[in-house]
This record gives sequence, structure tokens and C-alpha cells, in this order.
Amino acid sequence: MELNKTYWKSIDQLNPSDKDLDKLEQNEFVSKLPENFSVDEKTLDKSPTSRRDFLKYAGFSTAAATIAACEGPIIKSVPYVFQPEQIRPGIANYYATTIADGYDFASILIKTREGRPIKVESNTDSPVLGSANARVHASVLSLYDSLRLKGPLLEGRDITWDNFYREITAALNGLSSLNKKVIMMTPTLASPTSKKIIDDFVKVFPNITHVVYDSISTDSALNAFEKHYGIRALADYDFSKVDTIVGIDSDFLGDWQGGGYEKDYAEAKRIKKRNNKAEMLWHMQFESNMSLTGVNADHRVPCTPAEQKKVLAYLHDIVRGVSPSTSLPAQLEKQAKKAANRLLNSGTNAVIVSGIDDEVAQSAVLEINSLLNSKAFQPEEPKLIRQGNSSKVNSAIDDIINGNASGLITFGLNPIFTTFKGAELNEAIKNLEFSLAFTSKMNETSNVSKFVAATPHYLESWGDFELKAGHFTLSQPTIRPLFNTQQFQDILLKLSGKTFKYYDAIKEHWNSDILDGSSWSKALHDGYAISKKSIQIRRPNFANIDLTSLRNSSEKKMSLILYSKIGMGDGQQANNPWLQEFPDPITRVSWDNYLTISKYDADLIGLKNINTSNGALNGSYANVKLDDKNLKVPVIIQPGQAKGTVGLSFGYGKRIGLKDEMQTGVNAYNLYKDFNNIQSVEITKADGEHEFACVQLHNTLMGRGDIVKETTLEVFNTKDKKYWNPMPQVSKNHIEFDVTSKEVDMWQEFDRSIGHHFNLSIDLNSCTGCGACVIACHSENNVPVVGKREVRRSRDMHWLRIDRYYSSVSTFEEDNEIKESISGVGDSLTTFGKMEQAAENPQVVFQPVMCQHCNHAPCETVCPVAASSHGRQGQNHMAYNRCVGTRYCANNCPYKVRRFNWFLYNKNDEFDYHMNDDLGRMVLNPDVVVRSRGVMEKCSLCIQMTQKTILDAKLKGEQIEDGTFQTACSNACTTGAMVFGDVNDKNSKVSALRKDDRMYHLLEHVGTKPNVMYQVKVRNSDEV
Amino acid sequence: MGNNLYSNYREVFLGFFRSLFFFFVFIATSYNFIISAQELTSADNTAAVQAGKKLFNANCAACHKLNKRAVGPALKGVSGKYDREWLYSWIKNSTAMVKSGDPQAVAVYEEYNGSVMTSFPQLSNSDIDNILAYTDYIPPAPVAIASNSAASVPVSSSSGINNTVILIALSLVFGILVVMLFLVQRTLMRIAKLSGVDIKPEVKPKRTPIWMAFVQNQFVVLTGVIFLLLSSAYFVYGYFMQVGVDQGYMPIQPIHYSHKIHAGANQIECKYCHSSARVSKHSGIPSLNVCMNCHQNIAEYNGEEDLENGYTKDFYTKEIKKLYAAVGWDEENQKYTGESQPVKWIRIHNLPDFVYFNHAQHVQVGEIECQKCHGPVEEMEIMYQHSPLTMGWCINCHRETNIKVESNEYYAKIHEALSKKYGVEKLTVAQMGGLECGKCHY
Repeated sequence: MELNKTYWKSIDQLNPSDKDLDKLEQNEFVSKLPENFSVDEKTLDKSPTSRRDFLKYAGFSTAAATIAACEGPIIKSVPYVFQPEQIRPGIANYYATTIADGYDFASILIKTREGRPIKVESNTDSPVLGSANARVHASVLSLYDSLRLKGPLLEGRDITWDNFYREITAALNGLSSLNKKVIMMTPTLASPTSKKIIDDFVKVFPNITHVVYDSISTDSALNAFEKHYGIRALADYDFSKVDTIVGIDSDFLGDWQGGGYEKDYAEAKRIKKRNNKAEMLWHMQFESNMSLTGVNADHRVPCTPAEQKKVLAYLHDIVRGVSPSTSLPAQLEKQAKKAANRLLNSGTNAVIVSGIDDEVAQSAVLEINSLLNSKAFQPEEPKLIRQGNSSKVNSAIDDIINGNASGLITFGLNPIFTTFKGAELNEAIKNLEFSLAFTSKMNETSNVSKFVAATPHYLESWGDFELKAGHFTLSQPTIRPLFNTQQFQDILLKLSGKTFKYYDAIKEHWNSDILDGSSWSKALHDGYAISKKSIQIRRPNFANIDLTSLRNSSEKKMSLILYSKIGMGDGQQANNPWLQEFPDPITRVSWDNYLTISKYDADLIGLKNINTSNGALNGSYANVKLDDKNLKVPVIIQPGQAKGTVGLSFGYGKRIGLKDEMQTGVNAYNLYKDFNNIQSVEITKADGEHEFACVQLHNTLMGRGDIVKETTLEVFNTKDKKYWNPMPQVSKNHIEFDVTSKEVDMWQEFDRSIGHHFNLSIDLNSCTGCGACVIACHSENNVPVVGKREVRRSRDMHWLRIDRYYSSVSTFEEDNEIKESISGVGDSLTTFGKMEQAAENPQVVFQPVMCQHCNHAPCETVCPVAASSHGRQGQNHMAYNRCVGTRYCANNCPYKVRRFNWFLYNKNDEFDYHMNDDLGRMVLNPDVVVRSRGVMEKCSLCIQMTQKTILDAKLKGEQIEDGTFQTACSNACTTGAMVFGDVNDKNSKVSALRKDDRMYHLLEHVGTKPNVMYQVKVRNSDEV
Repeated sequence: MGNNLYSNYREVFLGFFRSLFFFFVFIATSYNFIISAQELTSADNTAAVQAGKKLFNANCAACHKLNKRAVGPALKGVSGKYDREWLYSWIKNSTAMVKSGDPQAVAVYEEYNGSVMTSFPQLSNSDIDNILAYTDYIPPAPVAIASNSAASVPVSSSSGINNTVILIALSLVFGILVVMLFLVQRTLMRIAKLSGVDIKPEVKPKRTPIWMAFVQNQFVVLTGVIFLLLSSAYFVYGYFMQVGVDQGYMPIQPIHYSHKIHAGANQIECKYCHSSARVSKHSGIPSLNVCMNCHQNIAEYNGEEDLENGYTKDFYTKEIKKLYAAVGWDEENQKYTGESQPVKWIRIHNLPDFVYFNHAQHVQVGEIECQKCHGPVEEMEIMYQHSPLTMGWCINCHRETNIKVESNEYYAKIHEALSKKYGVEKLTVAQMGGLECGKCHY
């Protein structure tokens, strides 16, 4: 019953009159042959290439290719003159380091091969922020960005470092002697040694004012915490300790307050048996945009920003034991009451988090959590990864624009791009007496700065960080600087007249203050150290919080909520093709940002999304008007978007320091007035249609159901497995058999009980859709980037995609009853029309899908050249050199996971991404072949990694322990949703998961017997 | 006329025998000359020099050379420089002498930057005498050897000339015989004519030419065409199958590195230089610092020569100098200059990118001898590709080779289970899944 729930990938699928969609579902191939290949004789005659010419060309090129193939090229091998002891060709070295670019902070491991960093892994040993998200995984490619600065510049011309120092020292001394104000802007460095260095630098040049500037501000939360606890920091939360989370516009699975919470959240969501009863987290989310956290919540309540503030005030009253004095709409009050009850019932096991950009609201959140005495709430060890101060930044920018400041030094920032007053700032910086930009890449600000100091990438740098009070991490170079660059801190030290380097300073500081006698080498090896010296916080006093402003909040016009996408963040890595091609988990759009709007508002304004006949998505443009600024933005109609709100993501719209292909989207910072992410705007329809590269309608499953299985905690607890996870039945001689039973199997079974047999389990309950696995797969397997145009043609090459399915929020029975009561065509039209209403707040399921490695693989049987074959270890092998590109396998694959190389994606100017330049190709994994044109490819279950594990065991002469076998995706999965291992090892985690009641296979009824399995999603729909 | 003819013959034959006689005399004399030259080479080495050489190589050669300064001074004629008694005590315990403040000892110690000479208390005075005899020994003047080789050269070339003389003489004889036959026949014809015998030329019946017969015979044409097609297909197939197969590929390398000398004559273990073959997929071309482990002391070649190919001692020594230039080794001062020039070797064994091959798996786990794939490397003066490196070649070996399971805990369970399944005692690589596509192609 529960299984007949209808899922859809796009609200258009609910419209039976959508012919395009019908066609798409019918067609095996999305696009037709080009028009001019028709039988139209005239066109053919006119075409410059006649049939004869074509044959000539074909003949000539065949002959040429044959002759060219006869002589092999001479390949040179150049060994080291003096080989470093730790580098052995063919063996990977791992180094612990830290990424800290002002937005992403994480302790990570870097895999290097022959001295080249090629992959990022999570540093799972690190107690804080030891998990890499999609952007951090992709950051290794930014190291090999061909547009990085190659050396220092003076007024756009190359200059030597010696001259650079001379000029800078002269300029700084000049300014200092006249006591002219110079502003130095840095992002949050969270680095104790850098802080010392900057303080010393400011002592030498007292006319310099240091301002910490976070491109995307968390100012209100910082202010609130500083006000109550005395430190400019953020309270930390440990979600694994609670069973109730109420979120109010807090995308903590995304970038809320620096992110990094998915591991604890997944732990809380894990189903635990207590007294024979399954228990799990209960999570309610109030929000406007459809965020990653909202879609993972058990209950999601769409509401406007003003309503969110009211809900917070309401909850605040109830927790304080006061009768609520806030007036809420009836429906919203019902939900808020549920949340309040749950908070009160759970007490210390509950927590509330909010991202409302308002100091009062943030104070209220701190008070509620301390009143609840929440176990998750950890103000005593606050996070230090956001320290920006918007009011100081605002006054600094005003100083520059008004001419009160004579100089500007920026490090790792691009204020012209990231501030509301960008245009004015641009003019002002041009006229400044002194402007110096420390940057590793050209950007809008460095473009107008007089001096540009080329700084290295973080993988070429030293650094130390205090991510959380008492938790220190180190970063170390994993490669010698590729270009003539110097670190910001080293330059400051030299300018302050010091003779030692940043590295010496770090080592000294750590040995004296942090390590407490333990070894520096060990800290460097581990990448982190914990110091007992903790920051002292003040005891908070919440007595005088006045919530009137929250209670009275209202909005007149449309509310624009600016947010950051998991794939682009604040936009530092906009020139990273992996991130550009990474589809947003929710909208499934790549290569763009866009205005998300509810269906209701879109209809009112007349905005449309159109599925074109070739499978691509087009959208109307809208004008977003804020004061006198106007921004033309393409529109995506987003189910679940609160009425009266629109969303727009940061990070796009950059034009300088990017390859042409990467210059996508619009700059949302242009609307980031006063660093407030909520703006009151007017939306009107604009002319034209935008072409999106959306993978949403691609790879449709041809109407085959039973793909996503989900149930509620109640059903899970009370009903038998057969009810919520039934095995499909097949009738033979009028007897029903399980589809997996031998009776109904046409295949000869191969004995797989000996040796390794790999299985991958994916828990739909824990998968948050973050997409770290997608990027990890890209980097491990040399998956090419195809570009926006090709993605529009459904030719994306992702080996691993994360399907996102919307479903109706109303119960199944209701849905079903409606569907079954349809009588006649006319009725169906109106009824399906009505069912569209459900799209206002759909439930969402993420499902990572890669090659399922079927034991009875349909692809293997249809390959005419036996390029696809099965291994004993359960992997479905793909021999690229054997493949002739018939694509039969892709047609016969029920999961649509095979990808065809329509073009040569490396060394081809048509695809000017990282594989087209020598520098970018350095990121390629030397253990995996780069596929050529005309070849089918797909997930291999990272056979290069499993083979390496086996070889290591053979070399050591020992058995393989569970957990040693990994794939790139399971390694990258912080939540533990993906578990990989050997099912023939009876003690392995994955063999237990295989016997779990929640286990099912994708399209079980097809009888493919896959080696990838899924675990049924369970929602905690408890109605308190 | 007949008489006349006879006298002609006699002259020719006499002339021929005369030249043969001279030829033999010439060979005999030159052969004698070679033998006498070879007798000359037995040297007048004394037993002392021989024993000294042995001792020198065992104890001194690590730091000293005869004619050149190395870690320590050159030792040629060292007995002339110092008093013999002083040398005895210096060699037996130089440190004590330096400490005691012997002026000569301190001078030497300081000249060589305070590097301490190992003490050799185990050497007796007579041992040291032998060593000194060796260092004083001046090998017999190379002039004698030069004259010998100079003499032998014309000998070998003269034998070549004689061959041609014989050939010319023989062809002359044949020519004369042909002329004689012709003359005899003409004479006979003339006699017949004079005797009135009429000789008519035989009339042959007209026959179809052989090629026409082939063309007319359809069966032969058909089989011929089929044969031609098949054989050309065979050759075309053979041609295409060898495209990309570089068996025997023997490029000229920037430094003439002789595996024959290193792995053959000196019996250096393959994995001493190619050490990463034990742990990595690459066997690794050794970095130059590995070469310098030995060549810091071996600055010149003193082994056997191959004169035919021009591999003289001088030639090899020049190659060692190339190494010094590349690694930046200053021989004079025995230190690195820091100016290095990496060597661009030409890669011989090239597997395509789509093949994954791991040396550690084969060498360390499978315990396969390097020679199995690389051939008799220890005999290769110039390295070449011994095996075809085709997939068929790999697969064949996987089919035939047994897995080395002894004392490898990894194989304990799987080998037992699989060998029971296949009913064999020892599993081949293929039975373990060594023929699966994905094991090598990913």
C-alpha cells in the first residue's frame, strides 16, 4: 500500500497533457538527428561536402591513421637525480593538512602521487571538522588552475619579488610617516600564529587597521554570542546527542555557520533499538527556500522570513513557560505547537538552531538552548571559523569610498565583487594612493589594485588554525609552489623586518603554547592537536532580551533569501569545472544560479519553466528590483518554496579570472545590502528564455516504479517487513515465488561464495544528498567535464548521480484514493491538476545511483564484443580498449548508469576544462585510464582501490580486515550512508546490512540481482 | 694446330700452380708470425704483485686509486715518497700516529680534510710489502702489444685478398674450358663437313607455352588464386598483428649503460637498483644517486673489453664521466657541485595506458624472476625488449603459472576453498580470476 506512493521528478510529470514529457519518457534517445540530415535533397546538394568527398575524406583518414599507427612514439623516462626517500614512483603518500580559505574549514588528508596532490580525503581521526564536503574535495583541482597568478605584479606588469618588496616598503613607510589610514581586510583566518604576525605588522605600521571580512556574513550570530558569552565566536552543536531538532532557516547540512554537522546529524538519525522499539531523531524545519536541511527533515514547514521570526518568538515564550503572545496563522501555529511540545517533552535531548540573520533572534536561540540545557549545545567550546564584523567592514568600505582611507590591503578577498557597493568601491580603489591585493588568482579587486602579490594555493602553504576553542590543526605544503608565489604571512613578516619565516613562527608558537610537550612531528603527521588551555567564556545573562521586534516583524513585498549552494559556496572556486558541472542536489541544475520561486508566485507573475523536446529545461527571466538596482535572473520553479519568497544563491556571476565557459550565472552579492541575506524585492517578468543545464529530466526511469522505498517510524515499529518492504512476486505454475528465488531464475548461478564478493549498501535514511561522493568519484576516476552545452543534451558523464525525487506530503492512502477515484479522461485532467497542489511542500528523497553491478547484468549479454563482463568479485568490468561504442549496453541498462564518450574530452580545445591543459591534467589519477572518444564508461566500484587493497594484503601476507575495502564514494561519505565491503566476510558490516530488514535492491523485479543495495528510508512522522 | 693448343694449355696451368705456391708460402709465413707474437704476451708478473693486487682490491680500493686522488691519495709510487717503516705503522694504525703528533702523519691528515684512514692491524709487514709491490709495479710497456696488433691486421686482410685471387683463377679456368669446348665442337663440325656427313638441325613440334597451359586450366587458376589470397591474407594479418609490438626494441640510450657488466659480470641484484619493483607498480629507473653508491669509487672501467664493437675501457670510462656530469659530481674535489642534469632515458617497455601492470604483484607476491619477462638481461650489452608484451603473452603465462601461496596468510582460506572446487592441488593464476578483463583494464 505504502508502496504505491507516487514519486515524480518534476511537477510537469503530473500534467498528463505535457506531450514533450510523454515523448521523453517514450524515447530511448533524447534527441533526434540534426535537421539537415533529412532526406531533403536540396539541402544535401547544397552542403559543401558531397557524398563522394565524404568517402574520400574517410578513405584518406583511415589510410593516414593506419600509417601513423605503425610507428610508436619515443617515450622518455626521466628519473630523479636525487630521489627523496619517501617518494617511490607508483606509491601514494598521504599528508594531513587543513583547508581554511575563509569559507571552508576542514582537516583533511591529501593523497599525492609522485609528488603531485591528486585527491582529498576526510581526516576521520580529527575530532573537529574532519569531513570534506564537495567543495573541499574539488579544491585539489583549483591548485592546478591554469589562470593562477604566476608571480607578483605592479600595475599589471610582472615584477621581481625584490623590486616588489622595495616598492611596497617605500609606499608603506610613506603612508606611515604621514599617518594616512590604510585598511587591511582578511577573511576569517582562525590562525593563532597569523594573528600574532598581523598584530606585529600593525605595530610596525600603526596606520593600518585590520578588518575581518567574511564574504557571506554570520554577523548576527557572532554579535549575539559575543554579547552573551564575551567572545566573538559561534556556539557549537553536537546533534548526535539529541532526539529532537527544531530548525528555523538553518541549513546546517549546508553551510550554516561553517557547516560540518552532517556526521552528527546522520548519527542522530540512525535507527536505534531501545526496549524492542526503534527510535530515531525527530526533526522539524521552518524555512523559506528549499534547503538541504529542510528536505532531510521529517517535517518541513514552508514559511516566510517574518513568519519564521514569529515562530521563534512563539517557541521562546513556550520554553520560558510564558503563554505565547505572538499571533501566528492557524496552520503555522499548529506546526509551531508541535515543535514546542516536542521541545518541552525532550528537554535536554532537544535543540533549536536558527540562521535568521537577526541579532535578537540569535540571542533568543541561545537562550532557548540554555533554558533547555540541551545536550547538543556547546557554548563552552565555541567555533572560531567565522569572525567577520559587518559593521566594521561597512565603515571600512565607506572610508574607502569617501576618501578617508588612503590605502587598502586585501588578502584572499574580492570586496568589489562581494559587496553591495561594488561599483562605487571599484572606482574608489582605482583612485587610492596605495592598493595591494594578496591573491592566488586575478579577481575584480586585484584587477584594479596597484600591487598584486601572488600567494600560493593552500596545498602549497604552511598554516596553523584554531577551528574550535582548544582544537588546533596544521596545514603543510604537499607540493613545492608551482609558481613564483609567497605566502601572505611570510610577506608580512618580511615587511615587519623579521628574519624568520611563517613556518618557524608556527613551530615556535606550537612548541611553546599548544603542544604541551608532545611532539611537533606527531602533530604534523596527525594534522591536529588538542590543547587543554580553553577559552574562558562568560556566564550568559539573558534576562533582558526583548523579542518585540520579532513578534512585530512583517513583510510588504517579496522576500529574497540569499543563500549559498553546496556546490559553489561563496564563489571562490568558480573557475573549478568539477564544481560548475556539479548538479545542485535539489534543483539538479548545473552551470548556473537562478531565482527559486514557488509555483503559486510564478503563476501570478507569469514565469514559466518549459521542458523542451530535446530534454533540456528552459526558464523565463525575472527582473529582481532592490532599491534602484535591477538584476535579470533566470527562474526555476521550486516545489516547496514558501509563497511570497524567492531564493538566489551566491558565488556566481564572476567575470575576471575565469575561463569563458566558467563565467556563468548572476552576482547575488549585488543584492547583499548591509550584509543581510533577506531583502525585500520586487519581481517582474523579463523578456527572453534562459537555457538551463538541468539533469532533472534526464535518465528518466521509463515509468518503472519501486525505486525509492520509504516508510514511517510508526509503520516500521508496528508492521511486518512484508508490509513496508515486500519482495516482488513472480507467478510460476500459479504459485507465487519471490523474484529472487532460484525457481524463477533463468540464469545459471555462478558460485560466488569463495574469495571476495563486494557489495555497496546505501542507506537512504542517512544520505543527505550533499554530493561529496559525486566530486570524490570525479577525482578518483578521471571523469571528464563536458560543459553546459553537452549537459543540456543529456551527455553528462557523472558515474555517480544523486537522483532527487519529490513526493506528496499528504499520506499515501489519500493520494491513492484520489488517484483511484479518477473516472474518465476529463476527470483525470482535473484531478491530476489538483494533485499539483501537493507540490507546494513536497517530501524529498535522495538516491545515489551508480552502476549496480548486477550479478545478472543485462548490459553484459548484449555487448557484441564482450567488452562488458563480470568478475568473480562481483564487479561488472568494462574493458574500454575492447569497446566499439555500439551503446547497446546503455540501452539495455535498466538503471541508466552507463555514460558514453561522445567526444574526446581531453586535449581538445572544444572542451577547454582541466583536461585540456598540462597543468590541469596533473590532477589525473595515474591508476585509472583516461577514456577516449566513442567508448562507453561507468562506475567500476573503484576496482583500482579494491585491487590495491588486495595487493597490499598479499605483500604483507595477511587477511583483509573489514573496513579496509573502500570506494571513492564510500570514503567520501561522512554520514556513513554508503558502506562498502566484502559480503563473503561474515563479520563485515556490509554482510550484516545485506540481511537487514530495510535492505532492498533497485528494480528488484527485473531480476538483475545487483551488488549495490539500498536501505529503506524511515521518516519519523510521530505526531507528538 | 693441336700442338699449338696443347702448349697454350700447359702455360696456363703452370702459371696457375705457380701463383698457388706463392700463396701458400705467404700464409705459412704470416701464421708463424702470429704464433710468435702470442707467445710474447705471457707477462713477467711476480707472485708479490699478484698477492698485492688482491690485498689492494680487498682493503684499499674503496678509498684509494692507483693513479688518481679519490677519498685518499693516489698510491702509485707511494713507497718512494715515504719511508717504509713509517708506511708500516701508518697503515696499521694511522689514528694513533696523528694523535702522537707525527709531523708527516698530521700533514697527510690535514691535506685530506681530516678524513680518518681505517686502521689495518691485520696486515703483516709482508702483506704491506706485497701491496707496495703492486702499487710500484709498472706493467710491461704497452708498446709490445701495439706492435703485435699492428702486425696482425695485415694478416687478416691478406687472407681476404687470397680468396678473391682463387675465385678469379677458378673463373679463368672455367672460361678457358668453355672456349675449349667451343673450339672442339667447331673442329668436329668441320671434320664432319669434310667427311660429307650432313647434319640437319632437329625440328621441334610446336607446343603451347607452359604459362598458356596454366591459364587454360581453370582448376589450377582457381587453386592458384585461392592460394595467393590465403597467403597474402596470412602476411597482411601477420603484418597488422605486429603493429605496436616492439619485441627487440633496442633504442640507443643517452648513457651507454651495460646490463652485461652490472648484472652479468658484477652480479648486482636487479632489485638493488630497481628497488621499487618490490613495492610498487613501477620497477623504477634508478635515480642517479643510486648509481653513485658505487660509482663514487668506480671512476674508470677496468673489466673486459669488446674490441670488435668498440667497447674499450676508454669507452666505458667516458660513459662513467657522463654519469658524473649528469649527477654533478666533481671528481677532482670528490664532492657534488649541485649542478645536475637529469638523464632522459628512452623507455623500452611501453605498455598501453589502458593496461594496469604491477611489478610488486609479480616480483614480490608471485616471486617471478625478472628474466622471465625481461630475458637474459645479464647478457645484454644494450638493453632491449625481450618479450612481445602482447595480451596473448600475458594470458598464456597466467594460464600456466601457479600461485605462490606458501607462507602467505592472505591466500590461506581462498586457496583451500578454490583448489577443492577445481579439484587441483595448485591453482593457476587463471583459476584465481587472473583472466578477468577488469583485473588489468581499468
